[in-house]
Amino acid sequence: MAGTFEKPEIVTEELDILLIGGGMACCGTAYEIMRWAEAVKGETGKELKIKLVDKAAMDRSGAVAQGLSAINTYIGSEQDPADYARMVSNDLMGITRDDLAYDLGRNVDDSVHLFEEWGLPIWKTDADGVRHDGAEAIREGLPTLKDGGKPVRSGKWQIMINGESYKWIVAEAAKKALGLDRIQERVFIVKLVNDKNDPSRIAGAVGFSVRENKIFVYKAKAVMLAAGGCVNLFRPRSVGEGTGRAWYPVWNAGSTYAMAAEAGAELTMMENRFVPARFKDGYGPVGAWFLLFKAKATNAYGEDYMVKNKEMLNDYPPYGQAAVPASCLRNHLMLKEMKEGRGPIYMDTVTALAKLAETLTPKEVKHLEAEAWEDFLDMCVGQCGIWVGENVDPREKNSELMPTEPYLLGSHSGCCGIWVSGPTDVGAPTTEEYDVPAHLPKGWNWGYRSMTTVKGLFTAGDGVGASGHKFSSGSHTEGRLASKAMVQYALDNKDWTPELDTSVEQLAEEIYKPVRTYLEHKDYTTAIDVNPNYITPKMLQFRLQKIMDEYVAGVATYYNTNDKMLAVAEEKLEMLKEDAAKMRAKDLHELLRAWENYHRILTAEAHMKHIQFREESRYPGFYYRTDKNFVDETNWHCFVNSIYDKNTKKWTCFKRKHVDLVDKSKLFKAAAPH
Amino acid sequence: MPTYVRTEKCDGCKGQDKTACMYICPHDLMKLDKDGADTGHAMKAYNQEPEQCWECYSCVKICPQGAIEARHYADIVPLGGQVQPLRGSDSIMWTIKFRNGTIKRFKFPIRTTPEGSIDPYGGKPLPKMADLSAPGVFTKDVMGGYRAGKPEELIRK
Repeated sequence: MAGTFEKPEIVTEELDILLIGGGMACCGTAYEIMRWAEAVKGETGKELKIKLVDKAAMDRSGAVAQGLSAINTYIGSEQDPADYARMVSNDLMGITRDDLAYDLGRNVDDSVHLFEEWGLPIWKTDADGVRHDGAEAIREGLPTLKDGGKPVRSGKWQIMINGESYKWIVAEAAKKALGLDRIQERVFIVKLVNDKNDPSRIAGAVGFSVRENKIFVYKAKAVMLAAGGCVNLFRPRSVGEGTGRAWYPVWNAGSTYAMAAEAGAELTMMENRFVPARFKDGYGPVGAWFLLFKAKATNAYGEDYMVKNKEMLNDYPPYGQAAVPASCLRNHLMLKEMKEGRGPIYMDTVTALAKLAETLTPKEVKHLEAEAWEDFLDMCVGQCGIWVGENVDPREKNSELMPTEPYLLGSHSGCCGIWVSGPTDVGAPTTEEYDVPAHLPKGWNWGYRSMTTVKGLFTAGDGVGASGHKFSSGSHTEGRLASKAMVQYALDNKDWTPELDTSVEQLAEEIYKPVRTYLEHKDYTTAIDVNPNYITPKMLQFRLQKIMDEYVAGVATYYNTNDKMLAVAEEKLEMLKEDAAKMRAKDLHELLRAWENYHRILTAEAHMKHIQFREESRYPGFYYRTDKNFVDETNWHCFVNSIYDKNTKKWTCFKRKHVDLVDKSKLFKAAAPH
Repeated sequence: MPTYVRTEKCDGCKGQDKTACMYICPHDLMKLDKDGADTGHAMKAYNQEPEQCWECYSCVKICPQGAIEARHYADIVPLGGQVQPLRGSDSIMWTIKFRNGTIKRFKFPIRTTPEGSIDPYGGKPLPKMADLSAPGVFTKDVMGGYRAGKPEELIRK
């Protein structure tokens, strides 16, 4: 209830290892880390103090909360981790860390096999090539993946699942591994705290309960920060009730990037974004339609724009010559049709289903229809809502496709995030050719796998930048890969005690500031939401979205920006950041929104600064700098990284050299004449 | 489609201090209106921020009274359709009603093991501290998922 705040109780806890987040990455961390902690206890008697803190409930938190209809990263015995690293690189226009992708590729199937053992139904193909859902496959006696069972591939890397309860299952294993005493739900961590004696080291994190007046202060030697990507920093295409129907989960507020940046961690590739082309308005998945049902996307006049506009790919050698063009380039070809007035764009479901029905029995056709609906029901019920409301039967009526508003993430077809230490056994560079700030490490590994450039701060999933295409299974795996290094770090620092660089009282005051602002000024006006002394989190979010949409290449400008527009955005974002200090919170729910939006602003600012720094258009179809509308391999085939100074509130961007650890030439056909 | 709570069906989870929908919502949208001050319906839950609803259906699926449904986003979708699940222990049943009255029903598996039956470390090795610095996860040798890769692919090694 508005205005009934009491003074918050402060709960302090001293830990060895703190996990922030409850999604796939932190569930993976929890599962792996508890087993190593058990080993440590068995061998040394030392019990590591570990806690996971989630702003929601683990059963349904993170990007997999709703479920999924496919696992998008499963290597299988027939493919090489190097093939996977190549695919990741190709889809992200050549600038990814092969060490991270390769390491994920060689380990990810382990997690998928565990998921199946825990109860996740995975579709199988039998000896006759007939596909069976995950429960039927067991009744038919088909083997598990671990025992050589054949998955149903909806693409080279994807396998189909009955994944409504995917997160529920993965969370059950993580919760059991941790035990309920090591889990704190409904506490939103809003700030990391550096060490008093060493600002380059993490000492803990602070947050608040969204259920009661309590502030939580965790001191920890090592921290896993895996709180997802960033959604709703751009004005969404739907601005009424439909605002919530973001493609990526609306609760991903950029907390990972913002908190890491404020702690001094080096970010990477924050100019990257993902603009998925999805079923319009509901943002239902298209993967199964393209890959499993073999549907084509066309302009309004039935023309396949990937064929019609294929010459446009020649503008971007060598990436345009890849057997499978990058996601952004596919958007690029689609956008031409939209901009020149040949929309709407359609997924031709009618032709695809009719063609499949030609060779199938009526029973198989019925099964196919169920599969098509399940694809949505497992992971995007909202798309079904649109189909039923508009009387869409995909056999009779094609559905519109639309590129969405931009999202920032590191786990899907995007690679923004934090610069982390990679594996040491794959040939990664140990030196740096470009000038980077002196305090930062030079090569691609510095002792602890998955550690950021802040000592003791680790990340996984959407947090790990310059990789991408890890998806649900890969995020779980990244959490696991970080675990051993976190345990090692805690052991290596067993005699060190973290000391917070800011007093607990001051931290508590900062966290509750929106509450204080509200209580101090609420009676100045008669309307609770209109007051010159504060801004509501909702209006602040609208302001952010308007700036990003209109100046930083949102949908309003068909993803175009330039140096002049970015300069305008820079000034407006600075004022917005100042005004964030005047957000109000009338209740704990609004305090949650206030801090989420603060995280969004910092993430948005990083995005803008990186686009400004990178003087080319690396991702045509995701964004264009119209003043530098080309891919410049000579000057910009490199990482763009940045650090943020929380005291001066300034960003510093710089280049890091890109190096291939696997041969990329295998991806490309001979260059077409330009 | 923001979710909504049916007044006649919601029992506020029988007076506990939090409801199932509050427990589960990933975006902190569901709220128990204890005294009816917000909605006029005391001890019933409601969606306090419908324009932030992702339609993940977590609240719909978990409600023990079946009191929660969804009304498709009013700024996008014509009225009259409905998508309603009934989630059991091993499968989920969907009833899909189109605006034109067509009804479809689908049933999909959700889980092949009993809920709560996962034994996370059963049959799994207990690793040795000495292996903390070795690559890979602790189940590497037993789950059959490790893909070693062809050494010649790593061109800088």
